[in-house]
Amino acid sequence: MEHTVVSASKFNAWFGDNHVVKDVSIGIEKNQVIAVMGPSGCGKTTFLRCINRMHELIPGATAKGSLKLYDDEVYTMNPIYVRYKIGMVFQRPNPFPNLSIYDNVVAGYKLNGLKMAKADMDNIVEKSLTSAALWKEVKDSLHKKGTFLSGGQQQRLCIARAIAMEPEVILFDEPTSALDPISTSSVEQLFHELKEKYTLIIVTHNMQQAARVSDKTAFFYLGELVEFDDTKQMFTAPADVRTQNYITGRFS
Amino acid sequence: MEARIRIRNTKSILFKGVIVFFAFLITVPLIIVLLYIIKQGVTQVSWHFLTHVPAPVGESGGGISNALLGSFIMVMMSSVLAIPVGMFAGIYLSENPHTKLAYYSGLCVDILQGVPSIVVGIVIYFWLVKPLGTFSAISGSVALAIMMLPIVIRSTEQTLRLLPPSLKEAALSLGVPYHRVILKVIVPCGFAGILSGIMLSIARIIGETAPLLFTAFGNPYLSSSITKPMESLPHLIFTYATSPYDEWHNLAWGASFILLMFVLTLNIITKLITRKWNIQL
Repeated sequence: MEHTVVSASKFNAWFGDNHVVKDVSIGIEKNQVIAVMGPSGCGKTTFLRCINRMHELIPGATAKGSLKLYDDEVYTMNPIYVRYKIGMVFQRPNPFPNLSIYDNVVAGYKLNGLKMAKADMDNIVEKSLTSAALWKEVKDSLHKKGTFLSGGQQQRLCIARAIAMEPEVILFDEPTSALDPISTSSVEQLFHELKEKYTLIIVTHNMQQAARVSDKTAFFYLGELVEFDDTKQMFTAPADVRTQNYITGRFS
Repeated sequence: MEARIRIRNTKSILFKGVIVFFAFLITVPLIIVLLYIIKQGVTQVSWHFLTHVPAPVGESGGGISNALLGSFIMVMMSSVLAIPVGMFAGIYLSENPHTKLAYYSGLCVDILQGVPSIVVGIVIYFWLVKPLGTFSAISGSVALAIMMLPIVIRSTEQTLRLLPPSLKEAALSLGVPYHRVILKVIVPCGFAGILSGIMLSIARIIGETAPLLFTAFGNPYLSSSITKPMESLPHLIFTYATSPYDEWHNLAWGASFILLMFVLTLNIITKLITRKWNIQL
């Protein structure tokens, strides 16, 4: 079990009285790409946002049960530390509009007031942008505002920003749903490279995407984790009839 | 059919003509006021006018340096009082729009905005001038600060509320603590809007006479002591314009011109700020 990075057991989440994540138990292994799919309102995004404790920021949102990062309970850790360790990329690219590309990448350090030598910072910027496959495109305009980039570039900038913090896990909340097909494929390409170093959990609406990029797929339906298995297995021979119905397009 | 369409088109053209006419009409009063004050005031203004105190009756010359200095000092002091309070309150209102506290303080802000400025002056008279035993620049500044507050609060609140929540989430997801999210991300992104609100509030209070009548009172001499009565541009205009002397009327015209220029400049700067520093989201 030492390979398990994120594990949940009997984990529940609510918005007020609305029970959106029900008794989810899952173990996510290191250096894998996990796709989380399911119809709208099935609790997949909520579950994702619980992992780095963004869920509780919404008024009335609560969670109960065990959710661990390695051996530590996420819900007893300091949320700030959790978010250092678990990065996040959002549905819409959201670079800081007041910061340059350079500063966007090291925003996690700068906004937290962590002092660092210029050379180290340069190093982090180059490394992170290279990992996010953006370095070549922006290396001559590092001091332009991040919002000058195209949507796909902005999303890769946001990925670079998450990588720069050297997290254990990166959460992606429908990262390509606001991007065009070309940008989407460049981001998908990245997932394969990023899993060498990180564990990726990707919420997606898009079944083809789940099939293309992930090692394992989790299927959520009405707040329950219906099935969690190797992606190939899931898409060829799903164990649960609900998964089968979803994959074959009988409901969405 | 053909004719009906033609009638409709004519109506549309007429309607367009009416709205264009009224849009044009509203610029007329401003232009007339502007031209008249410039005509009356511009000849009064000279270096001497800006650097000397008003001359006594019967003497020629004299200027408005006491009022310029006084207005400057009091605007500065009220800004120091009102801007931090207003910004923090505005941040609270934009961050927590649905709490009870936000509802009631929002209500108070709206009512405060509607309180006649003379009433603010009287209240400060009883709160500060009487206990302190003298008219003073301090009490004048407090009265002006109260006039400034609602504008600063509302403009801060409205600017910050327009920022997308995804911005805050981006910062929070990097493990940035709440106070830094606000101070390093939210406020800088809304900076142009907050700053233009501040400029507009200054433009508003610099011309306020009523709150100063019972507080800063006025002073014919050059004074920078904040515990003593102090002259200000609008108060000088009020005193000298209501006097029976022609020289004093001219002084008031000159002061009106200077005041108008201040307000105009502040408004233009505000426009430039919002255009240049506005952050593209």
